[in-house]
Amino acid sequence: MSVLVYAENTEGKFKKSVYEVVSYAKAVADSLGTSLTALSIGNVEQQELTSLGRYGAETVLTASAEQLQQFTNQAYASVVAAAADHIGATLVVISNTFSGKGLAPRVAAKLGAGFADGAVELPRVESTKLGIKKTAFSGKAFAVVELLSAKKVVALTPNAFELRETEGSVQVVPFSPSVGAGDFTAVIQDIVRTTDKVTLPDAEIVVSAGRGLKGPENWHIVEELAEALGAAMACSKPVSDAGWRPHSEHVGQTGISVSPNLYIAIGISGAIQHLAGISASKTIVVINKDPEAPFFKVADYGIVGDAFEVVPKLTAAIKAYKGL
Amino acid sequence: MFVKNRWTMKILVCISQVPDTTSKITFTADNTELQTAGLQYIINPYDEIALSKAVALAEGGNGSVTVITIGGSGTEATIRKALAIGADEAVRVDAAPRDGWFVANQIARYAKDQQFDLILTGKESIDYNGSQVAAFIGELLGIPSVSTAKKLEIANGTAMVDREIEGGKEVLSIPLPLIVGVAEGVAEPRIPNMRGIMGARTKPLQVAAAIEVPVLAEIVRYETPEPRGAVTLVDSNEVEKLVDLLHNRARVI
Repeated sequence: MSVLVYAENTEGKFKKSVYEVVSYAKAVADSLGTSLTALSIGNVEQQELTSLGRYGAETVLTASAEQLQQFTNQAYASVVAAAADHIGATLVVISNTFSGKGLAPRVAAKLGAGFADGAVELPRVESTKLGIKKTAFSGKAFAVVELLSAKKVVALTPNAFELRETEGSVQVVPFSPSVGAGDFTAVIQDIVRTTDKVTLPDAEIVVSAGRGLKGPENWHIVEELAEALGAAMACSKPVSDAGWRPHSEHVGQTGISVSPNLYIAIGISGAIQHLAGISASKTIVVINKDPEAPFFKVADYGIVGDAFEVVPKLTAAIKAYKGL
Repeated sequence: MFVKNRWTMKILVCISQVPDTTSKITFTADNTELQTAGLQYIINPYDEIALSKAVALAEGGNGSVTVITIGGSGTEATIRKALAIGADEAVRVDAAPRDGWFVANQIARYAKDQQFDLILTGKESIDYNGSQVAAFIGELLGIPSVSTAKKLEIANGTAMVDREIEGGKEVLSIPLPLIVGVAEGVAEPRIPNMRGIMGARTKPLQVAAAIEVPVLAEIVRYETPEPRGAVTLVDSNEVEKLVDLLHNRARVI
């Protein structure tokens, strides 16, 4: 009985979502009375690897062979499965990032493991079964999935679990499983990062706007608020369909799902399809001229008013609070 | 594959039907089952994009499109719609789509000896938001998979795929056969025209038996989210109060 957590690196560094999944896996390992091993694949420096120990990893396996420098889900799945076998892990935990989504099901299939994706809280442990609560119906409900098989794989939703630091030593151990050439069929030609600011799926604060802004030329008020808050920017579907904002900002049922601590919605009515993308937000603020806007029904805080007046005032108030 | 010295593509598109986006979702049997009475069903929006892309790739004699769905006879209307959009033939595996693993196994079993060059699915279904099926099928068939593609082009037996990553994209070059879970942006959804709708009635629809798949996981119950509680309104002339609430009460700034 042992737990393996996969620690995904982005250009050799671990993002917050990695420390979240290690904290989560540590909590599960503790409740199972077993140890936690982390697995890193790719070129990650020693100091970065040992940082995983701060969140509960007792051993860090590092698979840094040349051919594994860049993510490819087939090869990485083979390495994760090999690591699970190597330590006799009965539970593998992976963060449900874009790469995680491509990786985790392949790992589960290789291990013959029951798989639950999108976990939002710690599992309920019942003898050899794990009950995983995850979102369903685009945020309208939760489903509790019981994993029945001996081996299990769980994918954790980013920003759903807090960081938990712990005392303890960690040892970093090289890991060199053999991986077949057939696992490297996908070749990365280019990696394009459209922003070096915080990305929407990772963002802790999101400022979002919709048709109430009337046109793309007015977006500077949104940008200024986002900048004052250190927030990522988002928009509603009609706005990205109209070309006012890029598709990469579209949040909703057929766009990006966000799970920030704070979501500020400006001039967005709150159609079900938009709400589906933000239901995991911890605090929702709605600014809208229309007091009947459906969004107010799910908001924690709201201001009924004209965005063009309220938003600049809010930006000024945030700056004053931050001493900017 | 080469047919009479011309390269044509054999494409499989995996279709599921889901409750439409405005449906009120409720549960029955002590919260263990979805209440289906009164629900309107649609093709999963991402599957519709996948199908539209397949039809675009295959048209002009460049290939063929087969759609497959796992479901009972209640899915036939959805299947006919897929045929109307432009698929050439359909297969329905007669079983309730228990979960992603079950569905993937049925599709892999069907696809195994069919030599598809390309298999397309939606990146996830909007009911269970699983994002599992494409990767499961890839592993079961031993072929590469991309789980969230924003763009897909095929040339000379090789796919160029934009895989979504946080804040950007990875451009991948992958030889066929390949399975791709498509996201928004891969194609504009096609609307069936009159000819498509008429032709759909006579296109082949094969019903196949399901295979046994071990149950590794199951949904044991559903829960509805805690209602958020009434909104705290702040006067538009007192925005500093909001800042104070966000800092001191919500603790998010």
